[in-house]
Amino acid sequence: MLGLTKKDLQLMLIVTGLTMLAPFILNPFPESSGMAQFNAGYPDLMQRFVIFGIFAIGFNLLFGLTGYLSFGHAAFLGVGSYGAIWMMKLVSLNVIPAIFMGVIVAGIFSVAVGYICLRRSGIYFSILTLAIAQMSYALAYSVLTPITGGETGLQIKSTDRPLLSNLAEGETGRANLFGMDMRQSFELSIGDWLFTFNVGYYIAAVVMLIAFYVSIRIFRSPFGLMLRAIKSNQTRMSYTGLNPRPHTLAAFVISGMYAGLAGGLLVAMDTQVGPERMFWTASGEVVLMTILGGVGTLIGPVLGAGVIKYMENILSKINKDVLHEWFAFMPDGLEDFIVFLVYPFIGKGWHLTLGILFMLVVIFLPGGLVEGGQRIGKWIKNRRTAKDTGASTEPAE
Amino acid sequence: MEAIILQILNGLDKGSAYALIALGLTLIFGTLGVVNFAHGALFMIGAFCAVTFSRILTLSHTIIDETQTDFLGNPLKVDVPYLYDLFGQATGDAIIDWAVPLSILFTVPVMMFVGYAMERGLIKHFYNRPHADQILVTFGLAIVLQEVIKYFYGANPIPTPAPQAFAGSLDFGALLGFDPNLIIYPYWRIIYFVFSAVIIGAVFAFLQYTTFGMVVRAGMADRETVGLLGINIDKRFTIMFGLAAAVAGLAGVMYTPINSPNYHMGMDFLVLSFVVVVVGGMGSLPGAVLAGFLLGILESFASMREVLEILPGLNQIIIYLVAIIILLTRPRGLMGRKGVMED
Repeated sequence: MLGLTKKDLQLMLIVTGLTMLAPFILNPFPESSGMAQFNAGYPDLMQRFVIFGIFAIGFNLLFGLTGYLSFGHAAFLGVGSYGAIWMMKLVSLNVIPAIFMGVIVAGIFSVAVGYICLRRSGIYFSILTLAIAQMSYALAYSVLTPITGGETGLQIKSTDRPLLSNLAEGETGRANLFGMDMRQSFELSIGDWLFTFNVGYYIAAVVMLIAFYVSIRIFRSPFGLMLRAIKSNQTRMSYTGLNPRPHTLAAFVISGMYAGLAGGLLVAMDTQVGPERMFWTASGEVVLMTILGGVGTLIGPVLGAGVIKYMENILSKINKDVLHEWFAFMPDGLEDFIVFLVYPFIGKGWHLTLGILFMLVVIFLPGGLVEGGQRIGKWIKNRRTAKDTGASTEPAE
Repeated sequence: MEAIILQILNGLDKGSAYALIALGLTLIFGTLGVVNFAHGALFMIGAFCAVTFSRILTLSHTIIDETQTDFLGNPLKVDVPYLYDLFGQATGDAIIDWAVPLSILFTVPVMMFVGYAMERGLIKHFYNRPHADQILVTFGLAIVLQEVIKYFYGANPIPTPAPQAFAGSLDFGALLGFDPNLIIYPYWRIIYFVFSAVIIGAVFAFLQYTTFGMVVRAGMADRETVGLLGINIDKRFTIMFGLAAAVAGLAGVMYTPINSPNYHMGMDFLVLSFVVVVVGGMGSLPGAVLAGFLLGILESFASMREVLEILPGLNQIIIYLVAIIILLTRPRGLMGRKGVMED
């Protein structure tokens, strides 16, 4: 079905199910319980999960398939965001043209950047992309202020009169999809649980599913095979009479367009942009997401994006008092000691946890969390078969 | 004319920092073939060594001074550094004043150890893995180091002044016969430049004129053959890693009076230093130094008012722009060798 093999279709269906039911899955704890702070089912965070999922899927198409490590991918996200917000400010408050604009602008930009950067490979490519991204950031921050709004960035203001909208005098425009406000939510409370279904989230989720589907198709296509050939041996590829350059450029542009799509969606959700979105730490973040989840796998990047955004929003909220509450059952001295040990890794120190986790993954699990999952699965399977065979070869005495 | 001299001078101190970090990066790359994204973190740790050292120097105990009273008439509590007890007040004050230069003595062994531990503990296991993995693991390490420093020292910059003797500025223009006050240049920046020139010279001399350096250079050229000659090249390369870490640390220590250290200074410099290394040519030590000074001076020229009027924002992007142009026209960088990192 849909041109997918049975296994891919299963994966696609699982991902569809998970994203559609995310408001339930991410809110497993009742509102009044102490664990409620681990609930991630609020619209803002769920939107970030899927949007950065798209960003990471796109990055993975480049790094996972061709092996070109771009350290400046956030530039495309930023450029896409700027394109989208101008579309909203000038033409229409509907999110669809804005998102398209984001994709197109990022696509054009990535053609230019890719044309320059792909002349080199390896570390040189990483540095070139990093340099271009930093340059875009510096320009957006300073000289291009008339277009980018400089340090303050761009927001939709009450003075903006988009062409295709009929706003009342002084009314601030809001992002919508044919009249549906992005911030509109439907809340469902069952017993002590509260589930939020947000319009913006579901739009972003549908876009992510499409993006995910396209990425599966690319992975399984002859084109995807070509990209893998670039990763494994470029020289051999050119000896067989194939020019790697156009393929790499195509992958780079597709990947840039994914970033632009994510940027456009970000704007559609919160209607603001700032240059910090293009800073190189943002580029580093998408690298972390992809590696953490599992580079070169289909589901890995989405998983990594989820883990990092969850940590950023949930782990960073835990403070010392919460810790003391958790370990209250221990004797006082021990409690203080444990809190003292754990405290550096949570709250403001969540970056430390992230860094350590990332290093552990790079060192021990080059395939990321996905490989970890596979290894555990294999181990359980092996144990089971070992037990079975062990039972059958037992000598009858 | 005086404007040009001023810009060259301004570029020198930043260029010195770039050159020192790039030199260390190139040493590591040339010897071990590892792309070290944690090198900026080493620079930062060096700077925080200076902070730590001055804190150690000012460790105090509280005594009650009967001769002074606070506004309530009670005897005043005064913090007295232990140094006063050891050396007397005048000498103690002088030592505290000279904390930054003195912390060099403290930094070198610490950084040598940090570098040694890093190479033995982590990077050793990455020689046979792809460059991308090396970049990623050192990037992760840089995040961890940065966060550890942030945990212990806080997120705010910590002012670390230079000794009083170097607090002022030199009227450099007057020396050359220009009008006074046209070209003034802080003493500490002169010191920084001289210091980095000395360090760079020392590293080159070490590699050029000692047997150890000769072996290391031979190892950089052909590691396998040197190994076949019965020389334990890995051990020497580990020492070189420690040396590179010490160079980065020293660059950091001396930079503290120019820019108060904060936990993300390493990353800020790292991005630029990588550009410097690539412009200079991967694996070329003279290239790294040359490109460091060149880009530092170019950057300061680009921030002249006259230039900014014609091309606004040039100072922000000049380094990256130069890097892109050089990489596209001279793919090996200014002085890069053939066959290095050309996969």
